[in-house]
Amino acid sequence: MVLAVASLAIMFLDHRQHHLEAIRDGLTVVLAPLQYIADLPAIAVDWSAETLASRNSIEAENRALKAEHLQLKLRLQKLDALMAENARLRELLQSSTVVGERVLIGELLAVDMDPFKRLVILNKGEQDGVYEGQPLLDAHGVMGQLVRVAPFTSVGMLISDPSHAIPIQVNRTGLRAIALGTGAPDQLDIPHLPTNVDLEVGDLLITSGLGGRFPPGYPVARITSVQRDPSQPYAVVTAEATARLERSREVLLVWREEHK
Amino acid sequence: MTLFRHQHGWVIAASFAVALLLTMLPLPDWAAPLRPEWVVLVLIYWCMALPSRVGVGTGWILGLLLDVARGAILGQHALALSLVAFLAVHFHQRIRIYPLWQQGFSILMLVALAQMLVLWIKGVVGQLPGTWTYWLPSLTSSLFWPWVFLLLRDVRRRFRVA
Repeated sequence: MVLAVASLAIMFLDHRQHHLEAIRDGLTVVLAPLQYIADLPAIAVDWSAETLASRNSIEAENRALKAEHLQLKLRLQKLDALMAENARLRELLQSSTVVGERVLIGELLAVDMDPFKRLVILNKGEQDGVYEGQPLLDAHGVMGQLVRVAPFTSVGMLISDPSHAIPIQVNRTGLRAIALGTGAPDQLDIPHLPTNVDLEVGDLLITSGLGGRFPPGYPVARITSVQRDPSQPYAVVTAEATARLERSREVLLVWREEHK
Repeated sequence: MTLFRHQHGWVIAASFAVALLLTMLPLPDWAAPLRPEWVVLVLIYWCMALPSRVGVGTGWILGLLLDVARGAILGQHALALSLVAFLAVHFHQRIRIYPLWQQGFSILMLVALAQMLVLWIKGVVGQLPGTWTYWLPSLTSSLFWPWVFLLLRDVRRRFRVA
């Protein structure tokens, strides 16, 4: 009975007041070794896939990577010039320049959490200087943000989590909206857009930077369907995340300016 | 904790650690909703076998760990597991004498009760999982019960945990 009341009390404290971070951190430290052990099979599979790969496949991969590297370098050269030009133009306009962001590569632990949420565990924690609310990216776009930071691990929420929302902008038109997670892997909903909205299948959605959590200009998702029913007030718009939410093992942690 | 005051407390603790590990072990997407509630199963076993040592308090602490492992609100599994532990201890003499398949039904009810409590709390907080697959763990838990029971009984006899 006492414990039941205690449970209710800590649920209230945790949900409404966020007073129990210390207790949660302590318990997370207790669980961290178990989480690392649960990750071992995935590490073993990765390791054996690397060690047992044939020479041919490694050579092919190497060739592909070299080609990609060359292409990226080419684009980078252009980007340098564009960045210089951009900075010059911004100076002319007397607006602040965009500062480069600091990044850190974290690795996801292959640990399952609640199957009805989209949460992941990272092997970076307080000791690496990560902070709550920090954006997570992969090579293809925005993955999510950190929701809890413990000393050695941290919990990230993917943008497909049903309780996650991310402010976005349509790259083609500049239209601003909010993309909500659905709980289904990779799928996002964009509610409250009028039926005559200028959207096409395949439109790229990027972060708008509003809300201050995510840095602006990173790809988030592509529109996969726009259903316009004239009898309904809003169009039903769904999009697919560009980041490989369920497949990426390495993620980039990005520092916003005020946290550097 | 009374868990460690007597002999071989580490066996009980280790079984709970393994249960937590199985809860966190990654499964393919189709199998993830089928994952039995390992921690609840192991907790029910020890509550039935050694009600004097494992009880509501153990369930409560395990529940807190489960909350952290699942990224849930601190306390929701703690409440559910302490209730399950209370019922298991209360009815341990009755459940003990049931044949295994009939025990499975009791387990079904207990795990479903735990899930129901968690669902209520999720509903109050506003994070309802909207599909019927939410209830599958109760079913798989009761199907796995005979094996968990036999395995843990052998472990208990081998290490003479009493």
